[in-house]
Amino acid sequence: MTIKTLLAGAGIALALGTAAFADAHGPTKLGFVYVGPVGDGGWTYEHNKGRLAVEAHFGDAVETVFVESVPEGPDAERVMTQMALQGADLIFTTSFGFMDPTINVAAKFPDVKFEHATGYKRADNVSTYSARFYEGRAIQGHIAGQMTQSNIIGYIASYPIPEVIRGINSAFVHAREVNPDVEFKIIWAYTWFDPAKEAESAKVLIEQGADVILQHTDSTAPQAAAQAAGDVVTFGQASDMAEFAPFPRVSSIIDDWAPYYIARTQAVIDGTWESKDTWDGIGPGMVGIGEITDAVPAEIKASAEALRDRIASGEYHPFTGPLNKQDGSAWLAAGETADDGTLAGMNFYVEGLTGEIPQ
Amino acid sequence: MITLDKRPQPSRLWTIATPLLAVVLTMVCGGLLFAALGKNPVVTIRTIFLDPLFSEFAWYYRPQLLIKGAPLVLIAIGLSFGFRAGIWNIGAEGQYIVGAICGAAVGLAFYPVESALIFPLMVLAAALGGIAWGMIPGVLRVKFGTNEILVSLMLVYVAEQLLAAMALGRLRNPQGMGFPGSRNLAQYPSATSWINESAGMHWGIVAAFIAVIFAYIALSRHIFGFQVRLSGQSPRAARFAGVNPGLLVLVCMGISGGLAGLAGLFEVAGPAGQISIDFNAGYGFTAIIVAFLGRLHPVGILLAGGLMALTYIGGEIAQSNLGLPGAAIQLLQGMLLFFLLAVDLLTNYRVRLRKSEVA
Repeated sequence: MTIKTLLAGAGIALALGTAAFADAHGPTKLGFVYVGPVGDGGWTYEHNKGRLAVEAHFGDAVETVFVESVPEGPDAERVMTQMALQGADLIFTTSFGFMDPTINVAAKFPDVKFEHATGYKRADNVSTYSARFYEGRAIQGHIAGQMTQSNIIGYIASYPIPEVIRGINSAFVHAREVNPDVEFKIIWAYTWFDPAKEAESAKVLIEQGADVILQHTDSTAPQAAAQAAGDVVTFGQASDMAEFAPFPRVSSIIDDWAPYYIARTQAVIDGTWESKDTWDGIGPGMVGIGEITDAVPAEIKASAEALRDRIASGEYHPFTGPLNKQDGSAWLAAGETADDGTLAGMNFYVEGLTGEIPQ
Repeated sequence: MITLDKRPQPSRLWTIATPLLAVVLTMVCGGLLFAALGKNPVVTIRTIFLDPLFSEFAWYYRPQLLIKGAPLVLIAIGLSFGFRAGIWNIGAEGQYIVGAICGAAVGLAFYPVESALIFPLMVLAAALGGIAWGMIPGVLRVKFGTNEILVSLMLVYVAEQLLAAMALGRLRNPQGMGFPGSRNLAQYPSATSWINESAGMHWGIVAAFIAVIFAYIALSRHIFGFQVRLSGQSPRAARFAGVNPGLLVLVCMGISGGLAGLAGLFEVAGPAGQISIDFNAGYGFTAIIVAFLGRLHPVGILLAGGLMALTYIGGEIAQSNLGLPGAAIQLLQGMLLFFLLAVDLLTNYRVRLRKSEVA
């Protein structure tokens, strides 16, 4: 960092210090930066539900603002700066790609708290939070492995980052567990939200014989494509996507950010906010499993719910050995569970998956 | 009864007045749209068009206008040559990406050496990269008569795949914990395009102004500008005047590709900082609107680039402060182009009101 940028940061901080002082007694102001539109029906939709829950919980004590469909890059930095300048006390940046912009802006506004979803860079005024989506993926894999007739499961992946790879591995391990013949076909869409691209990916997978589609993208387009195909099973991603239940959507992974957002807002109001890393799963309720519909046979539904409860109670970890890496080398010995560090940076497939992670 | 009479020559007055009229019409209809959304139209229009320039935090937004507008102007200037001559390079986005990749690759190859030569070399590499990508549709058109609109557009998608491959592979930050994306060039003093980050000044802004001046001289004072204009108005006459049409295609594609490549470099080495999977934010496509909004005239493009940047930044302020949906801002930008094309009629036709006569 050069002297010039330091000075610039100091100048902005000074301007903000006076601004914050001026409305110290007003409502606590929260900003939300979204990567997609609030109507995506998935990822951003759930974050926005969390924002609305904060408003409902605190009433007039908080004021929230948001900007949707913010590109990951310099535009994100400007949106965050703008929120900070306008007096935001706490800013949630809800996409992995907002990581560096969040850190940059946070350095210029030491009095504003930042919460970055799914990233790994923290600072004194930057916390990170994420959900253990892979716990939900285990249940998806468990159901998917038994629902498939063709033994081909299609997977629409977004970006080859650890979060996504973790989900693929978790789903695959649990699909293989119940069905040794199952295979995964993975398409990398390189987008979080692009209904046209997602629909196209789903169609390609269906043409290749997949009769179950898992997705790590945020729109309901794959659900619609499956519905059009007729006999293809899907799962809601990030949001319940219940409008496609009971079929093709047979269950879902739901992100429930509301409790976390309320707790962090309370911490700012109380003055007890501290930078930390939160990674919660089914147990604390950050990850929810949407209702398993009657399209799933009763015994599969029962075993899936049992798996859910065992994960929630901490009795079972989705990555429990013996597990090997794709190249056949040993990863986890029998009974051993994966540590969070390995999971956080996961950049390899488990044994049995075909294809390569894009490099 | 309204009738249209073709003017013998395009009206000089309306050539200048139509963009202004289009802006006014956009404000009026945009205001109606915002009113229908339940927002105060006057406040919203003021927020979008005036707040970035004159509000309390204008000291932050004004430099941001330059940062947002510079790549638009730089690319649009390049496009305007071809568009005047009837050469339709729609793929500036791809040339922008390839320029950024080539320039960044040179910078990253030298990391962490510090030398005053690195940045000029990056600029050169970016220009050559952009030119090379522009030459593909150019050469194909000259040699085989292919349609440069289609080829240049398709190459955008090829460039996007190349970008993803680079962010995940060769240019990935070795210290990035396995996450995609290159090192941050903005934090590498010899490679950054920032001149003064707090003032929002980077070499791309300087280059944009230089490009405007050169384009103005070339188009109004130089034989090349005459050839470009003549080829657009009358290709046959141009041939008699000694214009080599194939060469003209290559030169125009080269200019637009080179300038787009430069814009990509200045962006990646400054505001964006790194090569990431979705580094491109649509500047290459928006620049097409800017070029036409500016009447393909260098000074017009400069103003149009500023106006476009204004709607982006003001639009974000309106989203965050007034809760305006992001799609409403896109509608407003779409309206601007729509009205511009619509009122263009006045330049070439005279509108008369006549009593309907009995035949």
